[in-house]
Amino acid sequence: MSVFIIRRLLQSVLVLVVMSMLVFAGVYAVGNPIDILISPDATQADRDATIRAMGLDRPMWLQYAYFVKNALAADLGKSFAFNVPAIELILERMPATLELASCAMLMAVVIGLPLGLYAGLKPKSFAGKTIMTLSIFGFSLPTFWIGLMLIMIFAVFLGVLPSNGRGATALLLGIPVSFLTWDGLRHLALPAFTLALLNIALIIRLVRSGTQEALLMDYVKFARAKGLSDARIIGVHVLKNIMIPIVTVIALQFGSVIAFAVVTETIFAWPGMGKLLIDSINVLDRPVIVAYLLIIVTLFIFINLLVDIAYSLLDPRVRLGESDS
Amino acid sequence: MSQQPALSTATPVLQVSGLETHFAARNGIVKPVNGVSFSVSRGKIMGLVGESGSGKSMTGYSIMGLIDAPGKVVGGSILLDGREVRGLDAESLRALRGNRIAMIFQDPMMTLNPVLRIDTQMVEAIQAHEDVGRHAALDRCRAALAQVGIASPDQRLKSYPHQFSGGMRQRVAIAIAILLKPDVIIADEPTTALDVTIQGQILAEMQKLCRESGTALIWITHDLSVIAGLADQVCVMYAGRIVERGSVDDVLDSTAHPYTLGLLNSVPSRNPRGQRLRQIPGMTPSLLNLAPGCPFRERCAHATRECLEDPLLEPVLGHPTDAASAAHQVSCHHPLQTGIST
Repeated sequence: MSVFIIRRLLQSVLVLVVMSMLVFAGVYAVGNPIDILISPDATQADRDATIRAMGLDRPMWLQYAYFVKNALAADLGKSFAFNVPAIELILERMPATLELASCAMLMAVVIGLPLGLYAGLKPKSFAGKTIMTLSIFGFSLPTFWIGLMLIMIFAVFLGVLPSNGRGATALLLGIPVSFLTWDGLRHLALPAFTLALLNIALIIRLVRSGTQEALLMDYVKFARAKGLSDARIIGVHVLKNIMIPIVTVIALQFGSVIAFAVVTETIFAWPGMGKLLIDSINVLDRPVIVAYLLIIVTLFIFINLLVDIAYSLLDPRVRLGESDS
Repeated sequence: MSQQPALSTATPVLQVSGLETHFAARNGIVKPVNGVSFSVSRGKIMGLVGESGSGKSMTGYSIMGLIDAPGKVVGGSILLDGREVRGLDAESLRALRGNRIAMIFQDPMMTLNPVLRIDTQMVEAIQAHEDVGRHAALDRCRAALAQVGIASPDQRLKSYPHQFSGGMRQRVAIAIAILLKPDVIIADEPTTALDVTIQGQILAEMQKLCRESGTALIWITHDLSVIAGLADQVCVMYAGRIVERGSVDDVLDSTAHPYTLGLLNSVPSRNPRGQRLRQIPGMTPSLLNLAPGCPFRERCAHATRECLEDPLLEPVLGHPTDAASAAHQVSCHHPLQTGIST
């Protein structure tokens, strides 16, 4: 196990290095921040001074070398726009996004798992078919449209839920969170559901097909022959077997919900990382973009590691680190 | 579930009569079990023999109440210890399964849940029927594992199925089946997937277990050579019906039904060396909307016009009329007179 984790961490470092190069080159190619950051009426002398101060006069490879050198000292550069360390800026926004993503995934599991199980156990029933039909909507409707519709219905017409911001927050271990206050929960409801919808549909479909497959297996028939109750057969024998693909999808989706909550955060004015990214791209704030992407990559690597560990807990046939080609 | 009438081998513990299981298909009704009757006594072993698709497994599932929709047991009666089992509600059936009737399946690689430990899978089988603590249950699991010849049961209980070989897994499945000392065990080709030496060991152990505990065993197989050494009684099934039944000696030595003879001749070791293996021509008929008459007539060398009518299961004539052969019955218009002709 520990051998496995060490090897995975070394692989992760490699991924991070390659990723940082790609990101750096990509951001470099997008445009020159000088055009946006320095006012057009500045004198040439001022321009040159600013460019030098930001280190933008050096060639790209040298800029990258400096970036790596600083990054090793946990310094991902200062934001051009705010003149504070980029990482600080991102970490400040991160709890809001993590909270939103966690709530969305929790919602997806709590709603998707039972519905998927039901649809898998009773595929021919009216309710089962209805669930499957509705799940198609979850797949096909674009997130921004769902967000707008939810705002229209619940905030504008019914006026029961607020449409923007985090609402009142409470401190949990020194971090402000919304889900501990009633007002915060109300603010969380719409954006979390918007993000959850696609994942609900995804989990429903996965659980359903997994259940249908598992029900045909001999071990289910044998469990029935043993005289076990349906609750035990479904809750233990079937569920534990189908959890493996579901855990993968939940984890990967959790990563992408964090990374791509951009649209939803913009619609609901949720002060998270996604909104920061959009703002930074608008002003070509390179350090923030690079730092953001590197943090997201790290997050994905970490989630994947957790998934592999979860596998070995769920499936005794998976032994970490023994043979991994 | 503790009413145990005086153990007598004479009264059958399981009595199946006129059992019919139908599957509603889009274009008709499939009848995999079409009026099957037999009985098994305590401590006796009955072989249920037939080709793939003859309905032998479905008979087992019907008795267990494990037929899934669109299938349904539509007729007949299943008397377990004199009590009608057919038509019981789901909960009463569940209480019987594993407790009074147990079943072992063909493929040991598939019957145990791959993600649950052996102790979990054994203890739950006990706790589904009896209110016992985990420790007491584990003691019984150890005893059962030892009974089926698994060494160091303590260590084995903590293992997962993939850490066992096929033969060992089947032993575990058998241990689970005997955990609650059922009246009847239905074994659905449990040795087919195993190699011959393991098969021999398991057959011998099953035979011993049943004799000792007075459990009736229904052994479903396509392999008559297994039956020859194991069973007391044989029922030969074809197209959802029993075509011949009787004691092992009667059926194997004074074979009356052409189909049984065909099965016997298909056993490779009975064929002379160097010759083409003998086989039954043709295939089992489709069970969908099966026409009346003897279902074997298309493949039978003795078929005549008479075979267009349903043959009845009747005592075989012309055999020594002792008590045992009176039970030798065949469903054929032209039963073979001379036993096996080689």
